[in-house]
Amino acid sequence: MSGHSTFEPKNPALKWFEARLPLVGLMHSSFVAYPTPRNLNYWWTFGGILSLMLACQILSGVVLVMHYTPHVTLAFDSVEHIMRDVSYGWLLRYIHANGASMFFIAVYIHMFRGLYYGSYKAPREVLWILGCIIYLLMMATAFMGYVLPWGQMSFWGATVITNLFSAFPVVGPTIVEWLWGGFAVDNPTLNRFFSLHYLLPFMIAGVVILHVWALHVTGQNNPTGVEPQTPKDTVPFTPYATIKDGFAMVCFLIFFAWFLFYIPNYLGHADNYIPANPLVTPAHIVPEWYYLPFYAMLRAVPDKLGGVLTMFGAIAVLFFVPWLDTSKVRSGAYRPLFKQFFWIWVAVCIGLGWLGSKPAEGGYVIAGRILTIWYFAHFLIILPLLGLFEKPKAVPASITEAVLGKSRGGAPVAAGASAPQTKG
Amino acid sequence: MDRAFARLLPARAANFGAGATRADRNAVTGIRGKGTIVATTGTAETTRRDFLYIATGAMGAVGAAALVWPFVSQLQPDASVLALSSTEVDLSQIQEGQIVTVKWRGKPVFVWNRTAKDIEEGKATQISALLDPLARNANLPADAPATDENRAAKDQEKWLVVIGICTHLGCVPIGHMGEYDGFFCPCHGSEYDSAGRVRRGPAPENLAVPPYAFVSDTKISIG
Repeated sequence: MSGHSTFEPKNPALKWFEARLPLVGLMHSSFVAYPTPRNLNYWWTFGGILSLMLACQILSGVVLVMHYTPHVTLAFDSVEHIMRDVSYGWLLRYIHANGASMFFIAVYIHMFRGLYYGSYKAPREVLWILGCIIYLLMMATAFMGYVLPWGQMSFWGATVITNLFSAFPVVGPTIVEWLWGGFAVDNPTLNRFFSLHYLLPFMIAGVVILHVWALHVTGQNNPTGVEPQTPKDTVPFTPYATIKDGFAMVCFLIFFAWFLFYIPNYLGHADNYIPANPLVTPAHIVPEWYYLPFYAMLRAVPDKLGGVLTMFGAIAVLFFVPWLDTSKVRSGAYRPLFKQFFWIWVAVCIGLGWLGSKPAEGGYVIAGRILTIWYFAHFLIILPLLGLFEKPKAVPASITEAVLGKSRGGAPVAAGASAPQTKG
Repeated sequence: MDRAFARLLPARAANFGAGATRADRNAVTGIRGKGTIVATTGTAETTRRDFLYIATGAMGAVGAAALVWPFVSQLQPDASVLALSSTEVDLSQIQEGQIVTVKWRGKPVFVWNRTAKDIEEGKATQISALLDPLARNANLPADAPATDENRAAKDQEKWLVVIGICTHLGCVPIGHMGEYDGFFCPCHGSEYDSAGRVRRGPAPENLAVPPYAFVSDTKISIG
C-alpha cells in the first residue's frame, strides 16, 4: 500500500477510472505485485484463512438474521424454525456456529505463530496491537452471538459474563444494570446484544483493514526474522502467496466441513437446546471452548475482583508483549531457550483450557493456580529476562542465504527468484 | 552455519523454490516425452500445468456454485409459510350482498355473496366491452373467456371469490364502490365490476380468482 503503484492499465476505460480513483492499482500493489518474503511457511497462511472466516461469518450471519427474531418469547423458537423450516437453514446455522470455532482455531494459530517468530517486535508493534484489538472484538462478538439462541447456556452464560462487571467496586452494580437494561438478563439484554452482535463484525472488518495496512507498511515478518534486503529475498504476492494461501484455505475448509457435516454439535453444549429458564441454572455451566483458559484463570483466584482482573489481565498483557520481550533476535527459530519456554507456555494455555472445562474443585483449582501464575510469569518474568541472558544462535545474513545456503546465496542460480514466471 | 540453514529446508524446496524454471519442475515431477519439457515463458503448447489450471478452476467453480445454492435457496418461502397455504371459509355466515375479506397466504381474498342484480349486471356485460377478456381463474384453463360464469364459483353463481389485490400495483380495492358496482382502487382509481373484472384503467387485468373448491355446501377451501 506504500509507494507508487506499478500497475499500468491498458484498457482505456480502466485507464480513465484509474486516473480518478486508483482502486485497481491499490489492489494490484497490495495483492499482486506486493513482495512477500520467499521463505514464508504454512503458518503464514492463517491471515488469509482468518479473512475468509470473517467473510464466512458475516455472510452466514446476515442471512441468519433474515430468519431470526430477537425476542425472549420467540428467539429460541426462531432458531428451531431456522433448523427445521428454512430451506438449508440447518446448514446456514451450523456454518455460523462452527464457523465461530474455526475462526478462533485460526486466530489462536495466527497468534501463536506471531509469538513464536517475534512478529510483534519493532517495527510491527502497531500491527500486533491492532491484532490484539481484533481478538478482543472477536471475543465480545462471539459471546453476544452465543446469547442469541436463548437456550439455557445462552442465558446463564450471559448472566455470568455480565456479572463479571459487578466485581468492580462502587460502579460495578450500576454497570451491570446498564448492560442488562434491567435487573436481570431479559429482553432488553437480548435486543442490545443482537444489535451489537450485528455491529461488531463490521468493526472487526474495519480493524482488519488497518491491520493489513500496517502489515503492508512494515512488510511481513518471516521465519528467519531477517528483513528482506534485496529483491532476491522476496517473491510477488501473486502467484506465490495467493496460491499458497488458497491451498491452505482449501485444507482448512476441509477441516471445517468435517465439523460442519459430521459433528456439528461437538463444540456446543446440549443444555443450549433447552429454552432459557431464568429460574434454574444448569448443573454444569461452562463457556465455549475458546474462552476456557480465561475461565480457568477466573476460577483460580479466590477473590471476586481479583479473578476478574486476572482474566482481563491475561488479555491485556498481550498488548505489552512488544516491550516485554527484550531480545534483539526476532525469530524464535534462533533462540534455543525461548523456543523451549514458548512450547511450555503453549502447553500451559492448553492445560488451562482443559482445566476450564473441569469443575472448580480440589486438584483442578490448585493446578489452575499454578498454570495461571506460569502464564503471567512467561510474559512478565521469562520474556524480559531471556533477552538478557539467552545466547541466541547466529542469524543468517539474508533470507536468500537461509533458503539456499551461503555459497549459493549470491550466485546467479537464484536470479530467477525476483523474476516471476509470467505463465505457468 | 550456512549448511545448517540449508538443512532447515528439504533439498527439493531449496533447489526448486521460487527461482526454479518449469523445466526443473517438470524434470522433478517426471514428465515423460522429450517434447513436453518447455521453456519458462511464451509457449503455445498445452502443458500439464494448463490442464491442472483448468481442472482446478472447474472444481472451484463447482464448489462455489454448491456454496451459493443454499444461500439463494434460503430466500424461498420456508416450510412454515407453505404450511399456511390453504384457508377455509364458512360461507353460511355471509349474508346476501356482503363481501367478506379473508387472509390467504398473507393476501386479502374477497368472498362476495352477490345479489341477483349483481349477477344480472355481470352476465349482461359483453366480453368485447372488457379491458381484459380473460377469466384469470386459477381453476379454469388460462384462455377461458371472462364471462360472469367463468368468474363466479362453479354451479353457485352467487359466490365470487377473488384475490383482493389490484392488478395495477398491489393496493386493496374497496368493495361496493365505483361506477360498475364492484370495486374501486383508492390508489390509482382502477374500477372493477360485479364480477371483479377491470373496467377502467390503469389496472391491466381482472382481479385474480384463486384456486379453491367447495369442501361442503357451505364451506370453501382456498389454496
